[in-house]
Amino acid sequence: MSEDVDLAIIGAGPAGLAAAATAARAGLNVALLDEQSSAGGQIYRDIERAAAARGDILGKDYLGGLSLVADLDSPRIRHIRNATVWQIDRDGSLTYSVHGEARVLMAKRLLIASGALERPMPVVGWTLPGVMTAGAAQILLKQSGIVARDAVLIGSGPLLYLVAAQLCRVGKPPMAIVETQTFSDLLSAGRHLPGALVGWRYMVKGLGLLHEIRKAGVTRFRGASEIEIAGTQMVSGVRFRHGKRSHELACATVLLHHGVIPNTQIARSLDIEHAWDESQKCFVPKIDQWGRSDREDVFIAGDGAGIGGAVVAALRGRLAALEIGRDLTAMTEAERDEIASRLRAQLRREMAARPFIDTAYPPFDEAMSPKDPVIVCRCEEVTAGDIRGYSRLGCLGPNQAKAFGRSGMGPCQGRYCGTTVTQLLAEANGATPDETGYYKIRAPLKPVSLGEVAALHDPNSEDERNDRAH
Amino acid sequence: MEADYAVIGGGVVGLSLAWGLQARGFSVIVLDGDDGSFRASRGNFGLVWVQSKGLEQPEYAKWSQLAAGLWREFASELAHNTGRDVGLRQEGGLDLHFSEETLDQTVRDYEKIKRAVGGDYPFEVLGRNALKRDEPEVGPTVVGAVLHEQDGHVNPLKLLKALADDVRRRGGRVLNGQRVETVRQTSLFEIACSDGRIVEAGKVILAAGLGAAELGPKMGFKAPISPQRGQILITEKMPDLIRRPSLIARQTDEGGIQIGATNEEVGLDDGVTQAGIAQLAAKAVAAYPKLSKAQMIRSWGALRVLSPDGLPIYEESPEMPGAFLVTCHSGITLAAVHARLLPDWFERRDNAPDLEVFSEARF
Amino acid sequence: MKPAFELLPRNASDPEVTVTVDGTGYDMREGENLAAELLRLGMSVTRRTPVSGAPRGPFCMMGACYDCLVEIEGARLQACRIKVTADLRISSIGGETEGALP
Repeated sequence: MSEDVDLAIIGAGPAGLAAAATAARAGLNVALLDEQSSAGGQIYRDIERAAAARGDILGKDYLGGLSLVADLDSPRIRHIRNATVWQIDRDGSLTYSVHGEARVLMAKRLLIASGALERPMPVVGWTLPGVMTAGAAQILLKQSGIVARDAVLIGSGPLLYLVAAQLCRVGKPPMAIVETQTFSDLLSAGRHLPGALVGWRYMVKGLGLLHEIRKAGVTRFRGASEIEIAGTQMVSGVRFRHGKRSHELACATVLLHHGVIPNTQIARSLDIEHAWDESQKCFVPKIDQWGRSDREDVFIAGDGAGIGGAVVAALRGRLAALEIGRDLTAMTEAERDEIASRLRAQLRREMAARPFIDTAYPPFDEAMSPKDPVIVCRCEEVTAGDIRGYSRLGCLGPNQAKAFGRSGMGPCQGRYCGTTVTQLLAEANGATPDETGYYKIRAPLKPVSLGEVAALHDPNSEDERNDRAH
Repeated sequence: MEADYAVIGGGVVGLSLAWGLQARGFSVIVLDGDDGSFRASRGNFGLVWVQSKGLEQPEYAKWSQLAAGLWREFASELAHNTGRDVGLRQEGGLDLHFSEETLDQTVRDYEKIKRAVGGDYPFEVLGRNALKRDEPEVGPTVVGAVLHEQDGHVNPLKLLKALADDVRRRGGRVLNGQRVETVRQTSLFEIACSDGRIVEAGKVILAAGLGAAELGPKMGFKAPISPQRGQILITEKMPDLIRRPSLIARQTDEGGIQIGATNEEVGLDDGVTQAGIAQLAAKAVAAYPKLSKAQMIRSWGALRVLSPDGLPIYEESPEMPGAFLVTCHSGITLAAVHARLLPDWFERRDNAPDLEVFSEARF
Repeated sequence: MKPAFELLPRNASDPEVTVTVDGTGYDMREGENLAAELLRLGMSVTRRTPVSGAPRGPFCMMGACYDCLVEIEGARLQACRIKVTADLRISSIGGETEGALP
């Protein structure tokens, strides 16, 4: 049932694709596991099909993913599609399911390239049908050729503008963009402008998107606050304050976005150490310059190691693969360093615009510390007020809070509440996010049917269970 | 002096004791660990269980029966005080069997316990057909079960929260994030925490679970306690599928099917393993085939707090009179007796339970 | 009311199969993402939560949020990770799917 490879990579986005190609070139046997049926990750989702069908709408950056996917064509790379990895044991065995069948793979090294999640944006009404992430709208467009009509976009950050511009390109401009960043955010970002100019390509791209949005006549409300989504069975509208005025827009679709955060579930399940990144307001795994974690055999690359975007992800994926190649003696240190030095120079240029973007488009304050009635754990319907109440009952961290109120116990396993719960408890207890900590993550990394799990049981290896209660 | 009693350990055992002492008019201060402490209170299976306990020690069987009998009143008082229902269901529990041999052996064992406890041990054997009437979803390889009337289950997390709430409501101080370093006896007890805090109390109870192994010897106890890992799984919330709890699976008051548990000697490792999870899933699916399509949502490892014979330890320190060790594996089942009866034992009242057989002298 | 999502005109002639949702047949594009097709057909509510019975629909479209669960052959699965095939039969969880086109 199990098979051995040099390197298992989880995630076929830019980091995973680039790492797979680099490792294969160095002579390693690679298993590339990905949940989707085609390579590309979320950023280049379904790129091979979508590039031909809708490349004109999706833009040049999206098409940049094509060459990464083409590099998968190597006999040393086994691309395992539709694979949901749900358990990684300490001995390096990795359990995954494909179409309802579980399998086990042994790898000498593991590279986690599971990317980012959109930062949860808990505001009143965000659980209503019709509310989606901006990323979801983009996936609908990339993968399915489906667009939202008369959507209201809420939040901040470059992806919000990209989605808006793409909607404009297909003749379905959003009804409005309700932006949460303020003019003073932009002013304080000004000090990062010199650095940002090194990464000028991003700045030009951003200005281009804004131009497209303006040309389509989309209303932008900057510095909006007191945002609430209205509706009972589904979204009926959005209320917010802009300047001194209250606004109400009737709409059936709301797209939320205020940045992305690393998806750390897999690293957390391996008890890899993380630290709070105050500039990006999220936890990032502790890694060295090659992406190696405090577990020698586990590497992390891409947005899952800290947000940098697709190009940065690919560079980090290559760097990790080089070190893994050296580690497994497929290349010398000198060979590794020769390639790595070029990659690092490129990495510095690509990261240059990051501080400007992070400062100019900060996450929405109200959604980082929501008012008491707002649901923060979507699965178990736990509110911000509940979490604050658990603090009063002595909960210092999210694991005790989880026990008290089930936040993080549902099928999403805390992906859409973990960061908020840590922030709420930290605030209520007067502690830092690092002191507060994060949910302890255990298998399954994604829900899996008991039938699949049971099928892995080997009756011959059963340690006799002691069913007797003591 | 800050309190009549200091309780070291803010899990179900420590909080049950604190709560019971408060009911007798004593003031308490509870010293609790942090978010990452090993907490059996958070990871246990939630059974209020009698059957199979005390096969070698009838006093333990009786103690468990006494606890099960006091549970209803305990739960309703907690609910009354806090408005929190802890989800207690005491409608009997099952021991499912896949072979006639193990079923027969179990019946012989239970007959032995029944004689030892004086006849009050209400269990019956359900053959396959009778079991199918009670539990329509049991699988074809289940040959029968023992139904014990005194068994039941509770939501252990709701219990923990209700206790944490009510101990505070009754004026108890609970200090979280504490690590106790030493306990010193002068005219009273001085409990020194790692952050430099000194807590003073008239008496002290060590109920720190696995933490007692380290602190116990400093207070004159043997505290021969070691961890045993149990891996547990839980599914998504399901429509009603399992009526009565068993050691294999139970349906929680919230709808999830909880499946347990392994018994592993792996030290202080509360991780989960693929082999462990697969073994549990296989047995659960054999017991209830419909579970095959249920999505497993979470799994976890929790560390049992075990003495060498698996029975509780209740001991007063020979070196420090007024310092007590309370430790057990079945903190949920025994919560009711801990809350209702142990305060009399701490206070050496005439009506205190006789806990001689649970003394450390047996080791 | 027009559905909140619509297909790009260039995809209007993609081949379709019949999918049964809560007993009613719908034409969906073969091989397409099930959650996307439900949205396109105006079925924005795909389930009710076990906690409060609140309505939910697709949210993240990337397999992370588990809000788009539907029941297929007795198992509750994410619609955003299912491909449309002929004769697919799904039912909404905790009540009939609302907002469906007649």
